[in-house]
Amino acid sequence: MTHDPGGAAGGTSAAVEPLLKLRGIDKHFGAVQALYQVDLDLPAGQVTGLCGDNGAGKSVLTRCIAGVHQADHGQIYFEGRPVHIRNTRDAAGLGIETVYQDLALADNLDIVQNMFLGRERLRHGLLDEDSMERAAAETLSSLRVTTVRSIRQPVASLSGGQRQSVAVAKAVMWNSKVVLLDEPTAALGVVQTGMVLNLVRRLRDRGLAVMVISHNLNDVFQVADRIAILHLGRMVAEGPASGFDRQSVIEYMTTGGPKMQAHVAAVGAASATTTGGA
Amino acid sequence: MAQTENEDPMVATAPVPAGPMVDLTAASDAAVADLPPEIMAQSLGQYLRAWLQRIRSGDSGVLPVLLGLVIVGGVFGIITPENAYLRPSNLVYIFGLSTVYVVLATAEISVLLLGEIDLSIGSVALLGGTIAFKLVQVDPGPNWPWWAAILMTLVCCGFIGALQGTLASRLRIPSFVVTLAGYLLFQGIVIIILGGADGTLTVSSQLPNQSVIYNLVQGVIDPTVGWVALAVLVVIAGAAIWLRGSARRRSGLVAPPAAVIVMRIAFIAAGGAAVVAICVENLPPGVPEVIPIVLVIVGLWTLLLQRTRFGRYVYAIGGNPEAARRAGVNLAWVRTGAFALCSATAGFGGILLGSFFYGQYSTNAADPGQLILYSVAAAVIGGTSLFGGRGKPIHALLGGLLIGGIAYGVSLLSLGAYSTPLTYILPGGVLLIAVLVDVSSRRGARTGSVARV
Amino acid sequence: MAQTENEDPMVATAPVPAGPMVDLTAASDAAVADLPPEIMAQSLGQYLRAWLQRIRSGDSGVLPVLLGLVIVAIAFQIANGKFLSPQNLVNLIEQSTIYMLLAMAEIFALLLGEIDLSVGLVMGLGAVLVAEEIQPAGLGWPWWLAIIVSLLICSAVGLIQGTLVARLKMPSFIVTLGGLLILEGVCIIVLGGSLVGIGNPHFNDEVFVYHLYWGQFSPLVSWILLIVVGVAAAGWEWYRDRRRRRSGLVAPPASLTLLKIIVAAAAGVVVVAVCNVNRAHFGVIDGLPFIIPIVLVVLFGWTALLQRTRFGRYVYAIGGNPEAARRAGISLPGIRTWCFVLGALTAGIAGVLFASWQVSITTNVIKEANSYVLLAVAAAVIGGTSLFGGRGKTIHGVLGGLVIGGIYNGLFLIGVTSEWIAVVVALVLLAAGTIDVLSRRGGQTRA
Repeated sequence: MTHDPGGAAGGTSAAVEPLLKLRGIDKHFGAVQALYQVDLDLPAGQVTGLCGDNGAGKSVLTRCIAGVHQADHGQIYFEGRPVHIRNTRDAAGLGIETVYQDLALADNLDIVQNMFLGRERLRHGLLDEDSMERAAAETLSSLRVTTVRSIRQPVASLSGGQRQSVAVAKAVMWNSKVVLLDEPTAALGVVQTGMVLNLVRRLRDRGLAVMVISHNLNDVFQVADRIAILHLGRMVAEGPASGFDRQSVIEYMTTGGPKMQAHVAAVGAASATTTGGA
Repeated sequence: MAQTENEDPMVATAPVPAGPMVDLTAASDAAVADLPPEIMAQSLGQYLRAWLQRIRSGDSGVLPVLLGLVIVGGVFGIITPENAYLRPSNLVYIFGLSTVYVVLATAEISVLLLGEIDLSIGSVALLGGTIAFKLVQVDPGPNWPWWAAILMTLVCCGFIGALQGTLASRLRIPSFVVTLAGYLLFQGIVIIILGGADGTLTVSSQLPNQSVIYNLVQGVIDPTVGWVALAVLVVIAGAAIWLRGSARRRSGLVAPPAAVIVMRIAFIAAGGAAVVAICVENLPPGVPEVIPIVLVIVGLWTLLLQRTRFGRYVYAIGGNPEAARRAGVNLAWVRTGAFALCSATAGFGGILLGSFFYGQYSTNAADPGQLILYSVAAAVIGGTSLFGGRGKPIHALLGGLLIGGIAYGVSLLSLGAYSTPLTYILPGGVLLIAVLVDVSSRRGARTGSVARV
Repeated sequence: MAQTENEDPMVATAPVPAGPMVDLTAASDAAVADLPPEIMAQSLGQYLRAWLQRIRSGDSGVLPVLLGLVIVAIAFQIANGKFLSPQNLVNLIEQSTIYMLLAMAEIFALLLGEIDLSVGLVMGLGAVLVAEEIQPAGLGWPWWLAIIVSLLICSAVGLIQGTLVARLKMPSFIVTLGGLLILEGVCIIVLGGSLVGIGNPHFNDEVFVYHLYWGQFSPLVSWILLIVVGVAAAGWEWYRDRRRRRSGLVAPPASLTLLKIIVAAAAGVVVVAVCNVNRAHFGVIDGLPFIIPIVLVVLFGWTALLQRTRFGRYVYAIGGNPEAARRAGISLPGIRTWCFVLGALTAGIAGVLFASWQVSITTNVIKEANSYVLLAVAAAVIGGTSLFGGRGKTIHGVLGGLVIGGIYNGLFLIGVTSEWIAVVVALVLLAAGTIDVLSRRGGQTRA
């Protein structure tokens, strides 16, 4: 069920600095505090599953890493150095790629055109179709995506799992080091989910740091080497997947875990005494 | 629940088991039909079969317009007195008339691909022609050289287009409102430049500077030169297509089978030869200058849309604007650019219009509402979708020819009191039918600014 | 890995702890400002304060229109001292009624998020049909039959266009663009290439149609009408609000209702007084023109339909969120088609008045009718209706039509030629569209 974190891609161990490190991240929107003092480690060559209930802050955290939002406080460390991610271009420049839930594929373009969208190769000022096609084919085959009949198929004609594969392949083409996947299996059937999870494993085997946001604890426990759980904007639990089981994960997701429950009870008792008699 | 590493569900190894288990990842029949046949076919036979299946599943491409051309040619050929329709002089007239629609439709396609619409190109065309005609006036007049006048037209109209595009793309005012206002605005400006509702501007074939513009549509190329040019064009284009195809096949990339390429080259050669032959039969004999001009315009637009980054982004925005935005495409710039190029091309089309009308520009020259409707109809009938993301300049070429053929054919039938109202009813009806075909047979309503639940 | 059945992890038991954790389900301050002030206010003072806060947060309702009216009035009065004279004002109102009716017609399409570019030509068709039908040398129909048949035919046009849009899913601006061209041709055919007139004083039917636009009530009758309608409307409004207040429902404070009644009554008195001033150069023409009550009837009718019936509720729902409406079981094609029918019907009514106004209709008149569509759209948007659907009221058409009429009248008074008027109208339309988009900034997202 769980995977050997070492993998085939040169091995990481607990002593090595994580590829991406977040410390003390705060983010608020107006009066709403979406993230509070969030710490997160994303080591290379491991899959981190990010869990949390609705409104816990998973999407906000992902977008802060991806450069869509900017954190209010806190520090992000990439390969050990502190970095500022001000926009999506900064993130892409570092090698952080995001695959959103809606995949962001243009139905009327084919696989090659979608994979190179925004970063086309030119030759004499015109599009270098041949070189792009070759590169796309290579990426797909290295990820062992083979059910696609032709790389010149319009994306509209692909199945859900194939579209997800194309979106993921698009993300990893660019010397990416960190890949964030937002609910990659949410709309997929059983077989296609298996396809995508295998893809996730291959990304890890290449030495990328992979973060998967998922509601589906089955999927999380199938691929994750580490699990991180958000509750109402706080990171309430983070560690190797072997340290969790379903029950504990659910408990952390919904109540924040034993420490949070104690804190809540204490505060509740305090306010009851001050308002007693009203 | 776990899967071992060595099993790779994506490598098709074992034979498909019998029974109700079905590989859910296999594309359905409909999806296979959605593939352009070039992709899969290894031989001419396979290509034809895939092509037929694609048509049967609803994606008919340029077939309706080709059929339309044949039908229109046949029907009008029969019902016009003495088959007048098929006389070379009339056919050449149709070529000349069509070029205006082709140019305007090509302009419109760039905006349609975005999923927007430009309702002002009729007025912009008239404005462009008026500007050019005004600038080459002699006595009194600015008397600019013809190329400066044309350039000025392109710049002014491009500027107008950029303005409309900015309003539509940065302020997000719906494009049909912005261009509807433009339609009215520029019509008013044309009247002002012409100096009132009765104003006219003429260019004469006698003055050397003005005659260049006059001859854009009216001038002809010497027949021998015409044949030679056609031969050269066919050879170059044919060689280019052939070499590219074989190069791709050699490096293992997707390419159509050799027989198909040969057929395409033969088709182009035959079509070109027919046009040149008809033009040579005409008096004065020769291919009108405007035909190569228009082919150049269509060729340049095809290059821009299919082979440059800008064109790729136009298609992407039409298909999924959000995806384009996330990929880092600057939506506002691309949209503004498309509107600007559209208006500039329309302005040039207006110059052609003036030349077509024997060098006369007046407020009655053409009805901008009719122009826009015919242009949109030409684009849509040719195969471009109103909903964005699909279309090519070749659609404008074929569609414009069809529209020109219909318009002129109707005018040849002397319908008396009905002929004026028909000039209104016909474009309206043709447009509605074209759009009906687009919506129903091509199932295009999934994307674009006019998609609806 | 199994869960024990008794544990329910979804129950939120503990109270919200102190600290930076905030209840994410509480509405933000901005949301409070979005409430129409009527809902929250208990007194007139509170109402005004809430109204000011709403304007400051961007949702200004009919305020831009009223400001526009004031600006137009002041600007043109300065430019040409005769602008606010009673004669000109009545003239202005009379001309505006056409714009008002067309704007009201357009609003049906705009509420759905569609557009109807053919309203000008449907109006033209209605005009031509009425004129032709009462011709004694031709069909010689009585006026009521001619009007009914014309309205039916115009509604049929709306039915065809609506069906193409709603059931065949064709884009409305294309359908109505094609429709307008086809109708132009049809009008020319019906005209038979020449002209048709309704000015002959010897034929009763023609006289009747003529007076629809040019006729008026006597001053005494005008006052009586005002009092009767005013009292009835005021009584109805007061009674309704009192009943709501009694049963504890959301209702504006009594002082507000009183204020509304007083303002409406004052406006009515001003209008009737202005109309009762003699405006003829020779002889006497005074009193409330017939068209004002005609427009008011249409206004009340459509307002009731849109605000108080299920049909109207569904129209707004479709304009706001078509998918939600569909899932709620609303028949989208049916409602959409009906909106186009009603819009065409209203345009047909405008056509009857248009025929009455023009007296003689030629092909040029038909061509001119085409330019009215932009005025109709501009009027609706200026009045406060959104181009994107889901927001707007019939009263917007009336107010916006008044602004457009004022601009047209004013420009004409200071001698601007028609080409330049076209330029001005185009710019006004652009300005209205920009305002609409900017005021929607916070809401809809378009990529």
